[in-house]
Amino acid sequence: MSAQTDLDSLDASEAKSQVETRSLSIYYRGKKLAVSDVSIAFPRNTITALIGPSGAGKSTLLRALNRIHELGDGASVEGEVLLDGVDIYGPGADPVLVRQRIGMVFQQATPFPTMSILDNVTAGLRLRGALRTGSKPIEIAEKALRQAALWGEVKDVLHRNGASLSGGQQQRLCIARALAVEPEVLLLDEATSALDPISTLQIEDLMRQLVEKYTIIAVTHNMQQAARVSDFTAFLLGDEQGVGRLIELAPTNTIFTKPADKRTEGYITGRFG
Amino acid sequence: MSVPDLRERSNKTARYVWSAIGVGFTLLCILLAAGALLAILGYVTVQGISSVNWAFVTELPRPVGVTGGGVANGIVGSIIIVGIATVIAVPIGVLTGVYLALFGRGVFAETLRLLSDVLAGLPSIAIGLFAYTLFVAPFKQFSAFSASIAFAVIMLPLIIRTSEEAIRGVPRTVREAGFALGLSRYATTMKIVVPAARGAILTAILLGIARVTGETAPLLFTAFGSQFWEINPFHPMAELSLQVFTYAISPYDDWHRQAWAGALLLTIAVFIINLLARFALSFSKR
Repeated sequence: MSAQTDLDSLDASEAKSQVETRSLSIYYRGKKLAVSDVSIAFPRNTITALIGPSGAGKSTLLRALNRIHELGDGASVEGEVLLDGVDIYGPGADPVLVRQRIGMVFQQATPFPTMSILDNVTAGLRLRGALRTGSKPIEIAEKALRQAALWGEVKDVLHRNGASLSGGQQQRLCIARALAVEPEVLLLDEATSALDPISTLQIEDLMRQLVEKYTIIAVTHNMQQAARVSDFTAFLLGDEQGVGRLIELAPTNTIFTKPADKRTEGYITGRFG
Repeated sequence: MSVPDLRERSNKTARYVWSAIGVGFTLLCILLAAGALLAILGYVTVQGISSVNWAFVTELPRPVGVTGGGVANGIVGSIIIVGIATVIAVPIGVLTGVYLALFGRGVFAETLRLLSDVLAGLPSIAIGLFAYTLFVAPFKQFSAFSASIAFAVIMLPLIIRTSEEAIRGVPRTVREAGFALGLSRYATTMKIVVPAARGAILTAILLGIARVTGETAPLLFTAFGSQFWEINPFHPMAELSLQVFTYAISPYDDWHRQAWAGALLLTIAVFIINLLARFALSFSKR
């Protein structure tokens, strides 16, 4: 918790932010508004948790940050998402390059079904032909698997199918796979919600280690998790029309001890959602 | 709101009788279906087994009236014709399936699906005529290649629709995970999604091969048949099912025996291909 205490004095807007949304509105197919006018700065080397009840647009917002959202039919955004000050939706911005810098781990562990553990970890580099000649896939895999705290458990079975691992291991495999392409930002979309408590704690520990090198943005349904691991917490809420809005953004301790908005207080004390 | 009278349903005897009738009728249907299949398999085996021997599968046909000989040229011809058809149909069929599954929306894709379904229902002789018109008539030459074209067209709808279903069966999350690694649409599709569906796609291909292995009608005016060794695909070529047809309608007892033997070989081939298809599918589900 020491990291959080240090950050208590730190205002989100003052830190140099690596990712920043400016008046970001997100639409589904047919111009249906899903998230309205969200401006959040995500400071470098911090963990920001996006919390809120179902339908608040947390995942939609997260998926707009690496342009995965736009893979859906007719999905679009207004406003800006800045990565180191450059709009990732700006003219000429290539979503493929954006996603190489902003990695993502999903709720469901998705090891690629036909690949070994080794091939899974190196897939991001290998399948786009970015494995430099002379570089050893096994070394890249070891580095990523060590970062994901999985190396010890799989180092002797690297050629087994990724699906042979347990759920928690599969999820750490997916984290290793995301890290192997050396992104700068890591998006976690309820990455622990399908896991047992022990695996969840392992991944939370991992997040605290990874934040030394990466900027992490995590959607979570689990408020305890947000309180345990994040530096900043953003509370989102959907209105009657299903449009999600940012209600409050603050250092995590502040949100959980003296929330500024009545609705935030209602949610974190379990009165709704 | 009325409360249902539960006692009305307690007439056990009537329910048991209806249940017995239902089960009995179902069994009858199974017997009819499986019985017909087993009868065909059994009859072909009984009639053909005595004429299947080493000479039959390694020798050329003898001239009319001379007893003996075999269908070696027909077996090789079948493999060549079906092989070329597979090489043509697989890339077109699988890629069309990928398109329909991942990007196929709107009028164009729906039209494509409809056309594919119509094609699947076309009589194979009509497809043979199509191949004749395009690849035989202009060259004034029957050819194995024109038969392969006809076979490829017959295989296409099967491969297209089964590949489409196979690709659809790959979870969207797997595809998104590929994109999330910064992979292009091409790399995600061809190197992650398609391999994930490879078992079902292989099954589709094998079923397509099994389908055309037994086809005869389109061959009548494409491959035409031959009494000789012929491996040039641009010449008329012998083909096993065509030989079965020719021999079966002939007036010679020895040819009748050979027709049964040929039919048995075809049946065994189709049977093995189907087994392989099942194996491929169960392997992919592991």
